[in-house]
Amino acid sequence: MKLNRKNRLLIGLCTAAAILVARLFSIQIIEDKYKTDASNNSMVYSLIYPTRGIIHDRNGKILVGNKVSYDLMVTPKEVEEFDTLALASILEVTPDFIREKMNEYRRNRRKIGYQSVVMIKQMDPKTYMRFAELAYKFPGFRGQARSIREYPFNAGGNLLGYVSEVNAQYLKDHSDEYRAGDYAGMTGIEAAREKDLRGEKGYNIWLRNSRNKIESRYRDGELDKEAIPGDDITTTIDAELQHYGQMLMNNKVGSLVAIEPSTGDILTMVSSPGIDVDMLADFGQHYNEILSNPYKPMFNRAVQAPYPPGSVFKLVNGLIGLQEGVFTPQTRYPCSMGYHFGKSKLGCHAHKSPIDFEESIMMSCNAYYCYVLRAILENGKYGSIDEAMDKWKEYVMSFGFGQKLGSDFPSELGGFIPDSKYYNRYYRKGGWKATTVISLSIGQGEIGCTPLHLANLCATMANRGFYYIPHIIKDSENVSIDPKYKERRYTMVDTVHFSKVIDGMYRAVNSGFGSGGTASIAAVKGLDICGKTGTAQNPHGHDHSVFICFAPKDNPKIAVAAYVENGGFGATWAAPIASLLTEMYLNGEIGEDRKALEARMLEGNLLDRVKTSK
Amino acid sequence: MTMRDISGNRGRGLMRTIDWTLVVSYLILVLVGWTNIYASVHSSEPASIFDFSCRSGKQFVWIMTSIVIAAVILFLINPRIYEGLSLPIYLVTIGLLVAVIFLGIEVKGSRSWFGFGPIRFQPAEISKISTSLMLATVMSQLGYKISKFRDFVITALIILVPMAIIVLQSETGSALVYVGFIFMLYREGLSGWLIFMVGMAILLFILTLTASPYTAILVLTGIASLCICLYSGRFKKWLFFGIPAIAFFALLPEGMEMLAETVAKPDASGAASTADAWTAFVSAINPLYILLVAIFIATPFAILQAFRERNRFTYLALISTVAGIALVFSADFIFNKVLQDHQRKRIEVLLGMKEDPAGVGYNVNQSMIAIGSGGLTGKGYLNGTQTTYGFVPEQSTDFIFCTIGEEWGFVGSTAVILLYVFMIWRIIRSAEHSRESFTRIYGYCVACCIFMHLFINIGMTIGLMPVIGIPLPFISYGGSSLWAFTAMLFIFIALDRNERKYF
Repeated sequence: MKLNRKNRLLIGLCTAAAILVARLFSIQIIEDKYKTDASNNSMVYSLIYPTRGIIHDRNGKILVGNKVSYDLMVTPKEVEEFDTLALASILEVTPDFIREKMNEYRRNRRKIGYQSVVMIKQMDPKTYMRFAELAYKFPGFRGQARSIREYPFNAGGNLLGYVSEVNAQYLKDHSDEYRAGDYAGMTGIEAAREKDLRGEKGYNIWLRNSRNKIESRYRDGELDKEAIPGDDITTTIDAELQHYGQMLMNNKVGSLVAIEPSTGDILTMVSSPGIDVDMLADFGQHYNEILSNPYKPMFNRAVQAPYPPGSVFKLVNGLIGLQEGVFTPQTRYPCSMGYHFGKSKLGCHAHKSPIDFEESIMMSCNAYYCYVLRAILENGKYGSIDEAMDKWKEYVMSFGFGQKLGSDFPSELGGFIPDSKYYNRYYRKGGWKATTVISLSIGQGEIGCTPLHLANLCATMANRGFYYIPHIIKDSENVSIDPKYKERRYTMVDTVHFSKVIDGMYRAVNSGFGSGGTASIAAVKGLDICGKTGTAQNPHGHDHSVFICFAPKDNPKIAVAAYVENGGFGATWAAPIASLLTEMYLNGEIGEDRKALEARMLEGNLLDRVKTSK
Repeated sequence: MTMRDISGNRGRGLMRTIDWTLVVSYLILVLVGWTNIYASVHSSEPASIFDFSCRSGKQFVWIMTSIVIAAVILFLINPRIYEGLSLPIYLVTIGLLVAVIFLGIEVKGSRSWFGFGPIRFQPAEISKISTSLMLATVMSQLGYKISKFRDFVITALIILVPMAIIVLQSETGSALVYVGFIFMLYREGLSGWLIFMVGMAILLFILTLTASPYTAILVLTGIASLCICLYSGRFKKWLFFGIPAIAFFALLPEGMEMLAETVAKPDASGAASTADAWTAFVSAINPLYILLVAIFIATPFAILQAFRERNRFTYLALISTVAGIALVFSADFIFNKVLQDHQRKRIEVLLGMKEDPAGVGYNVNQSMIAIGSGGLTGKGYLNGTQTTYGFVPEQSTDFIFCTIGEEWGFVGSTAVILLYVFMIWRIIRSAEHSRESFTRIYGYCVACCIFMHLFINIGMTIGLMPVIGIPLPFISYGGSSLWAFTAMLFIFIALDRNERKYF
């Protein structure tokens, strides 16, 4: 054979192939390292599930921790004859249950192969100990430790979310990362921070002898992989406050959201009725119960329910009017039990007339804002009402309304703010004017916003013109939050205009009973609460009670929005609840003079008023 | 068939001119792939091998479409058009390669796939074909000579441009395949020294990282002096002087360490200060400096001798040695600064610098356990156990060889490797027999690509190569890769057939 280039290449090819084959020979035939014994089934992997990260509240209290429970695993191929009755009595199940399961495994034996399957999930440690003592009698059965969730505080069921075994759909969506039998966060923080919390699975490799008995560790555990626990997470939630908020909202339908204005931290987020944390730990068992509850506890009203904001929205319209210069704080408008246009009228309650801007907030006059909105929409600066309307929407959106705020909380909804296109479609172009949409002035009509939006509005008021995107996770050792949560978002209204509005909000709360201020019930001595009531009309029943407030007036520490469905006037339910929460946060207790009010709120039950679709 | 012969004026009949041996080997490999893909998925999702919701079912579709592609190439396309079309095909492919960086979808950190709904395809796969066609076209021009500088640069550019773009897509593995074209270039007259140098560079790089720059430079000088002595007929001299010198330097670092220790130890009582000074002195001298000084002193003698004998080779060898030393010193820099994190880790694990069975080494470890546990004859089809829990990642794509190794054992995996070798040999043989250099060059390109994929992929699964995600030709799951390799191979079969038609 000539040693030409072709043949040299062929020699190279053969050498390379020989290297591969030699290596195969070494690892498949010579080396013991990778060998398994005659039965060819000798390596068994047992999974080690990581403990999930712990969820702390803002003060370091544990909101969600872990406790150990045991799954009873069966490896059908290893099961020998055993005493069914004895096993049943140890496990406190019926013998039929065990027989049925064993039959099921027999039917699926091809599919199961050498794998282990879970027979009983989440046995308590006591049952497991009983089993462990006698486990030698039941080859093929073993317990697998697994950490499950534990909730030291009854706070924030919806907020925290639940963890459960992944189902077929979930596996399909996350085929790379999860396998059957894994647990994952399904809702709330557990879902939002799944990546941080879940940790990494590990495994031990065991050797199995030819009679399918596990004998020893494979290579002394050299190739085992340890499970890596999930990262701990710190939330912005104040556990005590969250718990108190839940108590206040007990037996009422609605939401209570509190934000720290200077950071955008969500201190409390209650959606009522919510899910009790006791149910969260073993969600599967309570699933049907929760699902069939007519008040829909799974539905997180705080971020998902699009409500009309009611009179609270007057603050926004007032600010837009001031910024656009269509009126001044000194402008007085008359009100004769409402605003009259043509043959129609938008009603108002009895109060003095005419009034200026501050008083309009304090007394929540409807007519005043009809004038304001008309002035905004009929502003000569803009060519048409369409243009003015769209400008108005732009302003409103700069307060965060009509869009998802971008919170780190999952399944947030955006609400709705109409624009000229919407009305053109509805009434045809030119077929509507300011008076057609006049109810927007008092936060009624085609507006939808979530309680989170309202709390954010309140935080914006407290900050005099900017907000941080409300968020629920804080920076901590292992987890850092998106920098967008640290950026100020300015509204399109200048800071100067906010002081008048805030004076009005202050007077609404602190003018004393009989002054005409709508929220005197929310006043707490020494706290300088500023607030605004709202009563959102509800064609289906009692009006919704709305209130936002922040305190103290200077350098505010907390901004609260309360929305109580079918609660009637803002001052009836929402204002007391929001002010109690504020008081509790700032003072740590409720003053003697307000104990009676607190008791009334804690005991109040509005569930009968709520229409449920059953 | 006979009708065709008479009426079509097409030379010998279709059926007789096709290289059926190659076609059959292809079909066997595809079948091996399909059945093993089924084996790798059946434990986690048991279903029929034809079940279209699982990978084996989908692969069946890819195989059927591949056969259609093969038939189209064999029977409908006139092989003569490739030469004329290779430039446009090449340019379009380059365009696609660039476009995918911006328009592609992200899969595991690299943007190299186009996604059209459920269908995905990777331009890098086609690029192997178009680069091969382009190389064949350019290099088969009359008057082309690889030793001419201009021709060499053009050839290098044809290979390097797509390679560079693929590196930009962070698909370093796919780019590595292009290195294989060097074998084709060698066949077409590229100096063997160039390959030798490239090999040396890789060796030095690895030595620098695993052992030390000292060892690398010692090996380099050893080989350089051996080459010089061999060339000038002084092999015996090298045996007598070179080997002892190398042995001396090999033992030098340890000796110096021992020296420093022995002097420092016994003087615990009195003369601690002199011992300390001695230790400091010895340990301050890096053995590397001694070696460099020795080389520095030896060099003028070599130059003198070369001058006397008018030996140009020695000059070149010396220059290469200097370049090699420079490479050793910059290797550390390249490794730490130029390579990306994950590449660095992979190399570290491959070279055994870091035991990491849980991290990057995890895949390889699992894969070696799976293959190693196969033993001589394997566990039998569908009886693999290491695969049950899916501990071997990418089991039906890049790590498909694990399944073969585990279930068919040493016998089966060797058979598969031999089949590849047979196929490559067959391609090279046909290429050598062809009269047109276009066919020959293209054939070598095909052989090189299959070889590189084969060696890198299987080498990866048995821990010889770093984890580089490239498929095993014809066997790995995936439409895009199967189509590309089918097209590539059958273009060659068509070209080959065209030659046989008349001769």
